[in-house]
Amino acid sequence: MTNEQGRHLEAINQVKGKHMLRIRRSTIVLLLGWFALIGAGIAHASEAPPVKLNTTADHSKFKELQKQFKSGPEVTKACLSCHTEAARQVHRTKHWTWEFLNPDNQQRLGKKNVMNNFCISISQNYPFCTGCHVGYGWKDKNFDFTSEANVDCLVCHDTTGTYKKPAGLAGNPVVGKPMEMPPGSGKIVNPVDLARVAQKIGKTSRDTCGACHFFGGGGDGVKHGDMDSSLAAPDPEVDIHMDATGLDFTCSTCHKTSSHDVPGSRYKPTATEKHSAYIRGKADQGNPATCQACHGNTPHKTEILLKQVRMNTHAEKMACQTCHIPYFARGGVPTKLSWDWSTAGKLDANGKQFTIKDEHGHPTYASHKGDFVLGENVKPEYRWFNGDIKYTLLGDKVEKSDTPTPINRIDGSPVDGRSMIWPMKIMRGVQPFDPVNKTLVMPHTAGPGGYWKELKWESAIADGMQNMGAPFSGKVDFIKTEMYWPITHMVASKEKVVTCAECHTVDSRLKGIDGIYMPGYSKFGWLERVGWLIALAALIGVLIHGGARIYLSLRKAG
Amino acid sequence: MANTRIYVFNRFNRFWHWGQALLVITMLITGFEVHGSYSLFGFEKAVGYHTIAAWSLISLWAFAFFWLFTTGEWKQYIPTLEKVDAMIKYYITGIFTKAPHPFRLTQLHKHNPLQRIAYLTILSVVGPIIWSTGLLYIFHDYWTEWGLRAFVSLEWVAFFHTMAAFMMLAFVIVHVYLITTGHTIGAHLKAMITGWEEVDD
Ligand code: HEM
Repeated sequence: MTNEQGRHLEAINQVKGKHMLRIRRSTIVLLLGWFALIGAGIAHASEAPPVKLNTTADHSKFKELQKQFKSGPEVTKACLSCHTEAARQVHRTKHWTWEFLNPDNQQRLGKKNVMNNFCISISQNYPFCTGCHVGYGWKDKNFDFTSEANVDCLVCHDTTGTYKKPAGLAGNPVVGKPMEMPPGSGKIVNPVDLARVAQKIGKTSRDTCGACHFFGGGGDGVKHGDMDSSLAAPDPEVDIHMDATGLDFTCSTCHKTSSHDVPGSRYKPTATEKHSAYIRGKADQGNPATCQACHGNTPHKTEILLKQVRMNTHAEKMACQTCHIPYFARGGVPTKLSWDWSTAGKLDANGKQFTIKDEHGHPTYASHKGDFVLGENVKPEYRWFNGDIKYTLLGDKVEKSDTPTPINRIDGSPVDGRSMIWPMKIMRGVQPFDPVNKTLVMPHTAGPGGYWKELKWESAIADGMQNMGAPFSGKVDFIKTEMYWPITHMVASKEKVVTCAECHTVDSRLKGIDGIYMPGYSKFGWLERVGWLIALAALIGVLIHGGARIYLSLRKAG
Repeated sequence: MANTRIYVFNRFNRFWHWGQALLVITMLITGFEVHGSYSLFGFEKAVGYHTIAAWSLISLWAFAFFWLFTTGEWKQYIPTLEKVDAMIKYYITGIFTKAPHPFRLTQLHKHNPLQRIAYLTILSVVGPIIWSTGLLYIFHDYWTEWGLRAFVSLEWVAFFHTMAAFMMLAFVIVHVYLITTGHTIGAHLKAMITGWEEVDD
């Protein structure tokens, strides 16, 4: 009880006391009085008006947001009337520009420029791809990147779960009346109540980030393998930090953001962190999203005497993720492991596109996309990795061969002092390329005239390439590619880490990783042979010697 | 041939011997599992047993050295070439014809010259290689902190540790056999159990 409450009760007590004297009742009255006191106390406490503790501004009270909004940009203008700097902050980020200049090798990357071996590229597919842009109206390459009103605040700050940006609308939500999407499909998308979303605005969440990042590659879990919708409310087994009933991290707990610029990058990842945990006040420009940012570089308790693990040494050469993410795609959502575009284009007996699904209902073949291999609970592959990545970009020469062309070439070695052994999802693909110019190509896939409808590579590619101002010979062939996705999400609970014996064995998870000595796996060629030979010779020697003794004494005995 | 019994191995002697035997065999079994030669307990458990046995063996060795030096027993290991040729000849021929053993065991000379050389090698060469590399191995987590990383590599530590382990293995095989070459087949074994050895008159 606080002092104030105490005094208050005292005062009531005095009043009640007089009252009691007057009616001269004994204990029952006293008890009743006591209950009354408690009642008064509770009443007193509940008099305090309710307060929101997670924010200082209740947006539903703002006049600016109490109106019928007819479009996304209209909402943004309302936001910007108070948050004057927000749009220009967003303008500076990858989420807006979809562009990243790699400071190490000057490669111009970002979704706007790179290709992958999933849906390949955004060229001529803008209205579809930009459903995941934090903006409104990027429908072709002439989008105005300086427009403040076209910044989409809601897509990241929605807390209602009702704000959706369907593919095909260039990043706009459905507003006004219901819309059939795609036209003629009979599937109706209901409009978003923008005022409600705006009034309930809040911090980003696993759901808002996940609305795009869980669905990379065009579907749930398709691209990353370590990010899918199971992370919206995961068990500790799927992600110990995001565990919805436990630590309940959001994405931004690790991707600690300021000025709207979310840290963490797949174009320039932090592969090695040689520092202790960040503390407040430490002027450090490091990446706050690494494990080490919180856990430091020697995170394991080392009990040398009886608990014999030498874990901190492991952490000098291996990314935390290598042991702590034993498998990816652990949440029940499969990820694509390979995609073969070269088999696309088949039609069924009626001349129609068709789909083949596996026993769980996931497509393994689709006429407009080709063959897929899916995987759940996938064991990662491991590579030395120092964070340097070089992309194969449009115009870079590629050569068809049995060795896959790397879409992104990762660098790393045991001796460069900057590399760690990292778990990877290696996405394998067969995708169209130009055999005359020897370049990868950007086909137009989605929407009218795209490959998905027409199943004609030549025109689809010509369209996509012309949009980029890139040459195309008109010839199409297919090339094997691979793409590296360092695995970093879906950290398991410590009981579920990779066990010692999975690496320290002949059939090691790290088979083929050079530059490390791994007891149980590594062998010393000649010492092995000489050692066992000597032991064997000793054994044979004593057996012969003993045998001779027995034989001779038996003979002597008669 | 009359028999004389002499008291060769006192309690500490015997405790040390059997403790060492048990631990060394444990180390061999678990060590070569860690090395990946077979799987028995599983890597993690093998490392665990190996480490516990390692600390036990190191303590035992420390005790034993203390004992050897305070009691003067260390003199038992002074190598001598005297009669080595006779010993070798005995193992090659004499033993088969039941010729008398060229070495007379006494309380002051418990080990024949070949034993002396062998045990001295084990205690002063193989042992130190094993425990020094073993300790480095155990403290691998601290190499960076202690500034060792630039001078030692795990690969070499493991190499010498494994090499010494092979030497130990060969020693154990031959040693176990030589136990049977006493006055009677079981004489040496009995001596190490009871302390008393029967010797030829
Ligand atoms: C008779 C005695 C011993 C034998 C036969 C023996 C044998 C072995 C062998 C064969 C290995 C595998 C090496 C490799 O593949 O890298 C090993 C590992 C090891 N030994 Fe020994 N060892 C003995 C004594 C010791 C002692 C005294 C210590 C410590 C002071 C020790 C500590 C270790 C450690 C730490 C490992 C590595 C375990 C790991 O991977 O974490 N050993 N030993």
